[in-house]
Amino acid sequence: MAPVMDGDLARQDAATMAAAMQGGEVTSVEVTQACLDRIDAVDGQVHAFLHVDRDAALETARGIDELRSTGAALGPLAGVPLALKDVLTMNGVPTTCGSRILEGWRPPYDSTVVERLRDAGVVILGKTNMDEFAMGSSTEHSAYGPTRNPWDLERIPGGSGGGSAAALAAFEAPLAIGTDTGGSIRQPAAVTGTVGVKPTYGGVSRYGLVALASSLDQAGPCARTVMDAALLHAVIAGHDPRDSTSIDAPVPDVVAAAKNADVRGMRIGLVRELGGEGYQEGVRQRFDEAVAILGDLGADVVEVSCPNFEYALAAYYLILPSEASSNLARFDGMRYGMRVGDDGQASVEEVMSQTREAGFGSEVKRRIMLGTYALSSGYYDAYYGQAQKVRTLITRDFAAAFDQADVLISPTAPTTAFRIGEKVDDPLAMYLNDIATIPVNLAGNCAMSIPIGLAPEDGLPVGLQIMAPALADDRLYRVGAALEQALVDKWGHELIEEVPAL
Amino acid sequence: MTSVVNTRMDFDQALERFEPVLGLETHVELGTASKMFCSCATEFGGEPNTQVCPVCLGLPGSLPVVNAVAVESTIRMGLALHCDIASWCRFARKNYFYPDMPKDYQVSQYDEPLCTNGYLDVTVPTDDGPREFRVEIERVHMEEDTGKLTHSGGDTGRIHGADYSLVDYNRAGIPLIEIVTKPITGAGALAPVVARAYVAEVRDLMRALGVSDVRMDQGSLRCDVNVSLAPAGEPWGTRSETKNVNSLRSVERAVRFEIERQGAVLSEGGRIIQETRHFHEDTGETTPGRSKEQAEDYRYFPEPDLVPVAPSSEWIEELRTTLPEVPSVRRSRLQVEWGVSDLEMQTLVNAEALDLVEETIVAGVDQAAARKWWTGEFTRIANEQGVALADLGITSAHIARVESLIADGSLTDKLARQVFEGVVAGEGDPDSVIAGRGLAVVGDDSTLMAAIESALAEQPDVAEKIRSGKVQAAGAIVGAVMKTTKGQADAAKVRTLLLAHLGVEG
Amino acid sequence: MAQISREEVQHLAHLARLELTEEETAHYADQLSAIVEAVARVSDVAAQDIPPTSHPIPITNVYREDVAKPGLDRAELAAAAPSWEDDRFKVPRILGED
Repeated sequence: MAPVMDGDLARQDAATMAAAMQGGEVTSVEVTQACLDRIDAVDGQVHAFLHVDRDAALETARGIDELRSTGAALGPLAGVPLALKDVLTMNGVPTTCGSRILEGWRPPYDSTVVERLRDAGVVILGKTNMDEFAMGSSTEHSAYGPTRNPWDLERIPGGSGGGSAAALAAFEAPLAIGTDTGGSIRQPAAVTGTVGVKPTYGGVSRYGLVALASSLDQAGPCARTVMDAALLHAVIAGHDPRDSTSIDAPVPDVVAAAKNADVRGMRIGLVRELGGEGYQEGVRQRFDEAVAILGDLGADVVEVSCPNFEYALAAYYLILPSEASSNLARFDGMRYGMRVGDDGQASVEEVMSQTREAGFGSEVKRRIMLGTYALSSGYYDAYYGQAQKVRTLITRDFAAAFDQADVLISPTAPTTAFRIGEKVDDPLAMYLNDIATIPVNLAGNCAMSIPIGLAPEDGLPVGLQIMAPALADDRLYRVGAALEQALVDKWGHELIEEVPAL
Repeated sequence: MTSVVNTRMDFDQALERFEPVLGLETHVELGTASKMFCSCATEFGGEPNTQVCPVCLGLPGSLPVVNAVAVESTIRMGLALHCDIASWCRFARKNYFYPDMPKDYQVSQYDEPLCTNGYLDVTVPTDDGPREFRVEIERVHMEEDTGKLTHSGGDTGRIHGADYSLVDYNRAGIPLIEIVTKPITGAGALAPVVARAYVAEVRDLMRALGVSDVRMDQGSLRCDVNVSLAPAGEPWGTRSETKNVNSLRSVERAVRFEIERQGAVLSEGGRIIQETRHFHEDTGETTPGRSKEQAEDYRYFPEPDLVPVAPSSEWIEELRTTLPEVPSVRRSRLQVEWGVSDLEMQTLVNAEALDLVEETIVAGVDQAAARKWWTGEFTRIANEQGVALADLGITSAHIARVESLIADGSLTDKLARQVFEGVVAGEGDPDSVIAGRGLAVVGDDSTLMAAIESALAEQPDVAEKIRSGKVQAAGAIVGAVMKTTKGQADAAKVRTLLLAHLGVEG
Repeated sequence: MAQISREEVQHLAHLARLELTEEETAHYADQLSAIVEAVARVSDVAAQDIPPTSHPIPITNVYREDVAKPGLDRAELAAAAPSWEDDRFKVPRILGED
């Protein structure tokens, strides 16, 4: 039998690594070391990581190898390395959320996601870069400098989870955790040619996820293949009594769905409002080709309309800042993190204000003020109240669309990766990146982005978004895996193989 | 201290010209084992910052989960206050920065309280006898307490002039129930007493429900007292809000003071400023705090980290069946059952002896005896020792035992008091005390007869007087017998035996 | 419409405890005005009879048993605190209160 693995260890996907470890071909320490070596080699250019937890990662890997040698039953991802977005707490490991205000803070507790990763024997390599407090679509708003897109180092890797997506595309890790409030898993996946899933709201515990907008945030799996994402999804999902909004129901069998990979007879809805004008030519072209492939695979492609989606962006940029302005109030320099201006004379109010002024970046301050405005008396009904009604309308649009289709699809982002600096102080232009991903967060259902090729005009990856009803996350994997398989067959290799050497 | 000088108007004069309108917001810590949104302990007096976790410290990433007993307690309190219980309501965030609040917002309820529209009847004494007042309840809701600040530096130990403050978050997140009244009008001169009686009734009700032991000495009940004076013929005046008044007496004094202060301001043509005020126990005065005219903007919005509370009607009805009798109803019932006067009832209430007397009666003791022991001898001992009546160590079983010994002549009243002295002193139950101190009545006829005969022999002249029919003289012999038996004989029995022995009719 | 003045920005910054510079105040006044104008279109569509959605997935009645458990190690809190004294978090003086 041919070896499961050949070539560079770090370039393998998680399922292949896991099979090789199970077959005794490699150890977790070897795989982990390969990723750490790759990080050493390329992260100076990519800057995907804010903190590499080298010793602890190797320690965990050794522990898994020992366990495996005793014949203990291990989970399917035991020993596989992973990059963790720096917005999830990990006991004793720095958690900055890309912000100066939390520089040096080491949380005294594990998030539920981390706890489940540890229980599954996943090796956490370190913490990945992100837009400060997950506010952004480019990772340029990190206080620790931008992450670069491995496809073109002058371009953004998407955001806010640009670090996690870039780590995958640069082969620094086969798996990553992201969080998605308005597209922060899917849009980076799209622009880096990787796979990202935003599970159903409440599907993955938010305990230990430093909140941006509590009613929108959701952690999810990032990987280079649909199957890897499914394996990771199965590890982190499921009810958690520490998160009141966690869904107390069985997790759909996403791994079986990824294996099934059959769209015959499925109704796939094209959302009329998510496409066309405002979408880059090459994005539209690759999307249309993917739709044709789905038809060829036996899916029944229909067009659906979600007329209220055009108000989603506006509602989102009221709800998100409102919740964020409250969630970020606790960063006041009193109990942990940075404190500025405490000279023994200044009042507590002055010290709080100076700390927050110095500790937060411009986008964070902008959104805090926007949210403060939207919630203040006299404006609440006109802004926050109305936005919540739009939310109801969007949920109704989805419900109507899912009457006609099992899943909906659209381009994940209107454009491919833009250049670093291009939109950094043009918030409205930046916000448009999320136009196709936001409706899902507002309604709480689930979505996936998978790579569907490179735009002819710039040679950069294009993503396709699959959206499914709440709690039907398995449909994402069924469709995603089918399309991925068809594309790999067409190309003769995975798209990620085309990423330029660093 | 603030330098503001308060002018006051005579209370009665103020009431001649103005009608006081009250509003009371009472915050009480619930007696749950764990906090409102996390599993930290709620015990009072723990070492600073030892009862805290990521949730109640507001650490990044932490999330709240509602304590089931806190919801249940609030519903039960709402039912006891005759409120409507919401079938669906949410928590809200009240946003403002303050170092005693770990998240810089308080999780509370805003426009969707769990309980609304109730009432509580309170009785206040007047010159014309007790008068009942119905206090209408606007709402009852749940929220979380803040941490405790200690102010250091400066010379007053107060927040004003302090160099810095220290925060202990043990109290942060302890569940609070907030009970808000509708405006209380028509109390007139009784307003201060009504306010006090209302807070006392709320306290008693919470204790009766077992939802809180309401330790006012530990600050577990705090009252915000709103007072306004309406000029004759007008429905409202501008109100002041006196914050954090934490004893019954202070509530009464604060209302009285505000009536006198506002009366003086209004009489001089001044205007009441809508503001927060602070009550000072030492002077009995209030002084201004923050002016409400720079209105706080709390930016309330539904708490997204918590899901709605939607108690089913089945659950509410089930909780309704667990309600104890309302304290005021119970008092009326007991007064009738025991046939006691208003004054006697007041004595029992003041002595906090109602529960104890009732238990004692249940244990089989005659109600008059039960009342006599608790409001007489035991209250005296409790006052002397400075402990609560209930903490004396005397149980209803003890009283029942002693009363049965009195009934069969084994103990006299005087001996019984000595028995209880022994119980309080920790000498064990009544039988142990009797044995230990040798307190049994000398009841053996032959022993008594021997003592009688020897006394008669010592006082032959007295014996002669008795024989001749001067029965009054028997006292001297009885006294002598009591002396030889060290008081442990039943004097009446000695007398009977003596007279029979001498063949004289008693 | 919806022009947000510098004074309003200052007020918001105060509510949010942000000590903005003059420059930032001016910059944010323009940007917030533009953003607010863009998002104000939520008013175009949402009619009276539409119920608001605060939670995307309708779950109710999630409670915890009332059981006390041990909390965090105080030494860890002290180590993370910007300032600590006498087993408590030390914070600057509080003004504006009696």
